[in-house]
Parts: sequence; C-alpha cells; structure tokens
Amino acid sequence: MSTLLIDQSLILQNIKANTKEEVLTLMASNMREQGVVKESYIQAIIDREKIYPTGLPTQGVSVAIPHTDRVHVNKKSLSVGVLTEPVHFVLMGEDDRTTPVKLVFMLAMDEDHAQLSLLQKLMSVFQNAECLSYLAAEEDKAKIIAMLNHALELPEKGDEKI
Amino acid sequence: MKKRVLVACGAGIATSTIVNDAIENMCREHSIDAEVLQVKVSDIPSHKDSADLLVTTTIVKESYPFPVINARSFLTGIGVEDIKKQILEELKK
Repeated sequence: MSTLLIDQSLILQNIKANTKEEVLTLMASNMREQGVVKESYIQAIIDREKIYPTGLPTQGVSVAIPHTDRVHVNKKSLSVGVLTEPVHFVLMGEDDRTTPVKLVFMLAMDEDHAQLSLLQKLMSVFQNAECLSYLAAEEDKAKIIAMLNHALELPEKGDEKI
Repeated sequence: MKKRVLVACGAGIATSTIVNDAIENMCREHSIDAEVLQVKVSDIPSHKDSADLLVTTTIVKESYPFPVINARSFLTGIGVEDIKKQILEELKK
C-alpha cells in the first residue's frame, strides 16, 4: 500500500476565486506542477465534479472533496485549499442545491477502493468543527500539516512523507 | 431472506468505501444477514432485480423497484442516526 503525501507545496491558502471551476483548476494545476498527478487529472477533476458533486455541509465551514479516477494519479496525495471567500459547490448527491465551501480537500488516490482507515479519519476531521476552523484560520503551513498528520495518524517525522 | 444492499458512488473510490463499511458494521451490530455490494453507479441497473436497497452519494434519476437512500450523512455526521434508522427499517422488512 503506498503512502499518502501531504506537503507544504500542496497547502494553498488565500485562494481568491469566483467559481468552483477556478478553484479546481488552480489546485489541480498545482498538484500537476508538484508532479503528484498527470496533466489529464485537471480536466478529469472538473468533469467529475459536474457529474458527481462533492460539496459537504458540516457543523462548521462547508467542505468539498473533489477526486477522480486513479489513472490520472502519480502519487497518492492530499491537497488542501483554503478560500478567502466561500465558493459554491453543489451538494454531494444532489442536482442544484449548493453549499458555500471554505475548505477544499483534493484527493489523489491511487487505488480503486481507497484506504478505508484514512478516509474515515478524514471524515472525522469534517465532523469536528474546531478542526475545520483551525484549518481555515491558521496561516502557518507547518502547523496545518502537523494537525493533519495528527488527525490522520500519519507519522510526523521526515518531510511529511510516510 | 438475505437482503442485498447496493452502495454506490461515482468513481467507486472514496465515498462508497466509507458507506460500505458503515453499513456492514450496522448489520453486524443488529445481527442482520445482508450482503453489501460496493458498485459503480453505472453498474446499478444490472442489480435491478436482485437488490433490496440502494444507498448512494450520487443523484439517482432512474426509478428502481427498491428504495434509494442518500448516504451523505455518513460522511458529514449530520443526521446520521436518522439515516441509519431508515436503512435498518428497510433491512428488517
């Protein structure tokens, strides 16, 4: 089983965007630049969000978890985007109702059925309003990574790789 | 008779994995004999005649002979107890 990469280069803050497509393009292009996904990932993630939206309301700020097929992925990784102003994403499982998303967790998964324990821990972050506020407000990327490593139970040694 | 539950998400990568596990745990807790199948949305029609319930994180526009339950609350935790109750009721029928 490969390991999940969360790196400072994959934490994007103060994203100013008007549409979800802008957010998705910006984050996916950055992942491409960092080499963790293929060029095709960018369009694939935009197309998939249209068909299978990923906006999730929470007890705190709303989140979105865009992801797409593993053929577009080089390295299993997680990119976190913090938006200056919320952008509307369609709710998962719905046609047109939207939620104002402040935090985007873009997943690049390299298995068909992604690692269950990792996903469950990520969902537990979404169910913790304090964690979400912290991620939305903290400016120090190292602290954000430390918090995510802790929440996802990834080792904190090395350069955030396990 | 053993119930067959379909769990579907768009890519079959993330959300259905979580929901699949949650439903299997529920069945164990309540001693319900059910088969839980993690499928892609495009595969749902092939199970049309054999499934008893569909739990999904995607939009389902087609009509099926079994009930369809939205699984978003398994991810957000909001309203998850209500959804579990709905699923249990269907499985106990």
